[in-house]
Amino acid sequence: MIEKAYILSGNDIDRIIRRISHEILERNKGAESLVFIGLQKRGVPLAKRIAENIEKFEGIKIKTGKLDITFYRDDIGQNVKPIAQITDISFEIENMNVILVDDVLYTGRTIRAALDALIDFGRPKSIQLVVLIDRGHRELPIRADYVGKNLPTSRDESIEVKLEETDGEDSVMVIEKE
Amino acid sequence: MLRKKSIIDIDSLSMEDIGLILSNADSFLEISGRDVKKVPTLRGKTIVNLFFEPSTRTKTSFEIAAKRLSADIINFSSSTSSVKKGESVIDTLKTILSMKVDLIIIRHSDSGTVKMVDRFVNIPVINAGDGKYQHPTQALLDLYTIKKRFGKFKGLKAAIIGDFINSRVAKSDMNLLEKMGINVTIVSPTMLLPEDFSGMNVKHCIDDVIEESDIIYILRMQLERHDRKFYPSIMEYNRFLSLNMDRLSKMKTGSIVMHPGPVNRGIEITDEVMDIGGELGEKIAIDEQVTYGVAIRMAILYLILS
Repeated sequence: MIEKAYILSGNDIDRIIRRISHEILERNKGAESLVFIGLQKRGVPLAKRIAENIEKFEGIKIKTGKLDITFYRDDIGQNVKPIAQITDISFEIENMNVILVDDVLYTGRTIRAALDALIDFGRPKSIQLVVLIDRGHRELPIRADYVGKNLPTSRDESIEVKLEETDGEDSVMVIEKE
Repeated sequence: MLRKKSIIDIDSLSMEDIGLILSNADSFLEISGRDVKKVPTLRGKTIVNLFFEPSTRTKTSFEIAAKRLSADIINFSSSTSSVKKGESVIDTLKTILSMKVDLIIIRHSDSGTVKMVDRFVNIPVINAGDGKYQHPTQALLDLYTIKKRFGKFKGLKAAIIGDFINSRVAKSDMNLLEKMGINVTIVSPTMLLPEDFSGMNVKHCIDDVIEESDIIYILRMQLERHDRKFYPSIMEYNRFLSLNMDRLSKMKTGSIVMHPGPVNRGIEITDEVMDIGGELGEKIAIDEQVTYGVAIRMAILYLILS
């Protein structure tokens, strides 16, 4: 693994989160109908951060949950992560606008699985997708509603997102696979 | 993924396997709490529940576990009397294998049958109880129940009480609990112990362990396996081994009562204890064992078939 480029610093990520928080409020005309669900594992702290911003801006309490999509993957048996993370959605998503949050959008297969999983919890009014990085190479007709940064990459590269809550620091880097 | 694909006995499970099963069980427990209790994980897989001996909870538990994972499960039951041992088991298996199934769950009244089946077939086999030998998934769900209640294993004291010699649960649980660092004492009269019980920590009366144990594990009297008279009378059994109100009230704070079910009321546990509510009732973990059993079996099926 060779570190190729430093893409985002902690301050950059902060600004992106603030900008996206405003975009979400603008598009949904407020926060009353919003619930946030982060995908395990780095979508979880990102969802929390956006929700905290919105709580600050609007002065209301925002519900956040966690979703693990291991059991909904389409590649079980080929490339499976044995230990599933916790799913915790302890509120109704029926008729809510669900803001789904993940760190990197790549093939779209994770989001496909997440949509399947969410539908098992109820029928939301809408599902909107936030990603910190969109790196292209979609294999399914899926797009994000809010993008932190578009980052065209080659398939030989990978994106390394680090967050304070999970990795001890905030940064995004492009790494070349050897 | 489990290193060894079949689950026949506790000895062949590594600490890593056990850890994987327990940590995945948490996620599956959450699924059982949802409105839609189903994930598509094992879609397209076919599982056979092959029970040569009667069972309600183990069979149902595996069936629910498979269905919550979207696998197709076929129940095949046969009473022992209609099946000639050995040969007919193999014939039945040949038929089932010809239908291209992905996993067999098997229970049989003869110890060792499941091991034989595992050697014969080229698909994973799960032992759902064979004779007096082993019942590994019961032991794993018992361990998970202990984990949920105590959050640790090392240093806990467990007493396994009752019909040891005829009980496969007792053997699997003793192996697994000791493997995890729990102190296990077997409480049983000599008639219900193996001829050689050296190396085991043995007591003969429940009163010897009731106050100091964290886990009181009551075994079911295996009346169907009593081909000779193992015990003089129920009254005698009650005096030395049964869990009654008096004994329950002597148990220490935070301790629990477990039983693999079904309970012979009035033999190993009295009616009053079974029906008790309130603070003392919280000690009884028997219903939790059943709930956690589904989660553990989902984790096992997932880890073997994914």
